[in-house]
Amino acid sequence: MSERAAKITPTDDDEQPDDQITDSATPDAAAETETEADSESTPKPVTNGAESVIRALENAGVEYAFGVQGGAIMPVYDALYDSDITHITMAHEQGASHAADAYGIVAGKPGICLATSGPGATNLVTGLADADMDSDPMVALTGQVPTEFVGNDAFQETDTTGVTTPVTKNNSFATDPDRVGTDVSEAFALASEGRPGPTLVDLPKDITKSETDVEPDAPKTPDTYTVQEEADPEIVEAAAERIENSERPALLLGGGVIKAEASEVCREFAIEHEIPVITTMPGLGSFPEDHELSMEMAGMHGTGYANMAVTHCDTLIGIGTRFDDRLTGGIETFAPDAELIHIDIDPAEISKNIHADYPLVGDAATVVEQLQEAVDASPQATKWRAQCQQWKSDYSMAYDTPEDEPVQPQFVVEALDEATSDNAIVTTGVGQHQMWACQYWTYTEPRTWVSSHGLGTMGYGLPAAIGARVAADDDQEVVCIDGDGSFLMTLQGLSVAVREDLDITVAVLNNEYIGMVRQWQDAFFDGRHSASDYGWMPEFDKLAEAFGAQGFRIDEYDDVADTIQDAIAYDGPSVIDVHIDPQANVYPMVPSGGDNGQFALTEDQL
Amino acid sequence: MTDEKRQQGLEGPPPEERRTPAGRRNKQGIRIDPEVEATHKPRRTVISALVEHEPGVLAEVSGLFSRRQFNIESLTVGPTKDDDRARITVVVEEPDPGIDQIKKQLRKLLPVISVRELEPDAMRRELALVKVDAHDPAAVSAVAEMYDAKTVDSSPETATFEITGARQKINAAVETFSQFGIREISRTGLTALARGTDETAAAPSTDATASAADEANQQQTQQYTQTTTDD
Ligand SMILES: Cc1ncc(C[n+]2csc(CCOP(=O)(O)OP(=O)(O)O)c2C)c(N)n1
Repeated sequence: MSERAAKITPTDDDEQPDDQITDSATPDAAAETETEADSESTPKPVTNGAESVIRALENAGVEYAFGVQGGAIMPVYDALYDSDITHITMAHEQGASHAADAYGIVAGKPGICLATSGPGATNLVTGLADADMDSDPMVALTGQVPTEFVGNDAFQETDTTGVTTPVTKNNSFATDPDRVGTDVSEAFALASEGRPGPTLVDLPKDITKSETDVEPDAPKTPDTYTVQEEADPEIVEAAAERIENSERPALLLGGGVIKAEASEVCREFAIEHEIPVITTMPGLGSFPEDHELSMEMAGMHGTGYANMAVTHCDTLIGIGTRFDDRLTGGIETFAPDAELIHIDIDPAEISKNIHADYPLVGDAATVVEQLQEAVDASPQATKWRAQCQQWKSDYSMAYDTPEDEPVQPQFVVEALDEATSDNAIVTTGVGQHQMWACQYWTYTEPRTWVSSHGLGTMGYGLPAAIGARVAADDDQEVVCIDGDGSFLMTLQGLSVAVREDLDITVAVLNNEYIGMVRQWQDAFFDGRHSASDYGWMPEFDKLAEAFGAQGFRIDEYDDVADTIQDAIAYDGPSVIDVHIDPQANVYPMVPSGGDNGQFALTEDQL
Repeated sequence: MTDEKRQQGLEGPPPEERRTPAGRRNKQGIRIDPEVEATHKPRRTVISALVEHEPGVLAEVSGLFSRRQFNIESLTVGPTKDDDRARITVVVEEPDPGIDQIKKQLRKLLPVISVRELEPDAMRRELALVKVDAHDPAAVSAVAEMYDAKTVDSSPETATFEITGARQKINAAVETFSQFGIREISRTGLTALARGTDETAAAPSTDATASAADEANQQQTQQYTQTTTDD
């Protein structure tokens, strides 16, 4: 990637108060700047609100920001011009929010996105809602019209804090240039501490332009925000006893395990006590799927064996999961024999959907360690483990690949997995391709699975790949497994990938349908394909070339391995237009609100 | 990938041949005996929240109630002895798990300092202004006296009364006044305080999360009684 993305050409700002210009031109000020430049450790003092905003980001260790310019955010961009923070100009603000979100998932610290007021800010909303549902750490900074115009329906004015309140962990409206930097520091701390989430600071232009020499405070959450790290020892003891006496124990690892960096302790716990491990979709990568104890993912399109295990266990240890309905199916039939031990940092998740018999509020890594200490004897569950293995062979995830039919998507996902290393990162759009990416890729490491879980946002894949690429190590491949419909929603991001020379591979599983909808229409709407038939798809390989990326195309099995090899090997953005079987469907499937143990293996069983 | 794998499709026993567990949960995710229906019936309760007195708090709180579909009966806000703090009193009607959820979700809002569900013996008051036709002033006054209603305005045709008290008292007053013909009513919704030295919503901010966690923990011991439903 180019060292400094998008240099901003300084513009004459008529509104700039004259005194400020003369101020910095005085010999005194110049001398001061010089001495300061000599000592690396003392940065230039801040002179206005915008510089204080950027200083707050620098203090927080921010290296990258994703965004789009605009009138109300211009002062902040002007301050960014002198900063070491690399700004990546996106083609659309939605892309900026998804890129920042993906950055947050891969890097484990908040991703930053910037947008101007009005349409810039509203374009961020999908990405904010997405990050909110998935508890991803992210900070959005939005420009706002000058304070005196706020509330008057001024040009490009939107009530951004009003619009984003339901989809952010917290937001604030800056009212004071002396405090605006601290507002940003606080937003940064809030985004990552406790249960992570997106935060937003709305920045009226007069606040960022006004003079101030107040340096922002270091990132720190407000005093009213406290997080409980350790769970109640008495309940830990009781839960440990329950585990010891359990005959059919199972661990259910959610996305919170990855966020809390608790994968390692969970692995140790599971392996030491030989407890089968199920993951939720956001929990993919928390436990190695090639391990014997792994039952892989449960839920609507989870594996048959994971759904059998979750349905038949007698003790379920849910960690960092919020029991989303796509996981539980019908509440009445979810783990109906199981006493639930629930570990979560957010007290509000305890007994929200599924009643917790042993509620353990605290940091996942800390509480699992507490539990590890408290469990004296492993459960006697030999029969149960054998049963789990039996289910794995009964319901193995296999598929047919008849030579006379178009390429099956599962085959492509497996081929991509084989062609990349273990630590490769997968991003996806939303639809069938996303589910095949869950089912047929073998995840072994945390922070390698980047997808839109709770909100289910089509168009997430490509901008997420951009954010993931920026956060990833150089030796990590980044693969976006996308759907044709999803790709079409945000493919302008290709211009960014090309400009920044980002090494990502997009495999568009092209079925000329918005396939997941077609699948449901076939199953539940008598095959009436209302508005789901996308027979007018562009040729994605040629489209990629028009953007300056490398285009590839796969039509038959013989192309698969070599083409994937070439695309992965290509040093820069590449797009493979993979023409798959348009009729391919995702199974197993638990219909919405259904019983997980009654998953269908074919359409006839729905 | 082996050729053998290529040949298989998804297989295994179909749904009807699979064993299903005996247990069941109710709609609130609580394990129950499948023979009986067990649900928590909604109950009316008063939740008091001490919040930062800043713009947008009310929108944040009311937005939380509406987007989570909590059934809100009334909501009042007013200043406290501390200029920086306001008190929000909410009457809700929900089953127990819903009430727990409301308290926990409220505590998550940053401007919310503390949240408490009031005891049934808490002092609760509502105020109503009732404008009635006053063609028969004597009869109207008699009713007003009966309910301790204060006259706040009178004209040749109308009389307006202020009534304070519990909801039932106001309801009864309104019903009795209706014989004269009610022109307009305006009611405040309920406000409440805990009795005696008991503090309604304690100020120490660091308790907010701790008590949320405590409460989450307490649920373990909470007994969910199973009852057969009437219907
Ligand atoms: C922004 C958005 N709009 C609509 C939907 C509803 N939806 C869910 S899956 C799907 C089909 C996705 O089609 P495609 O991206 O082509 O993937 P496929 O299912 O064919 O793999 C749609 C329309 C959505 N999830 N997100």
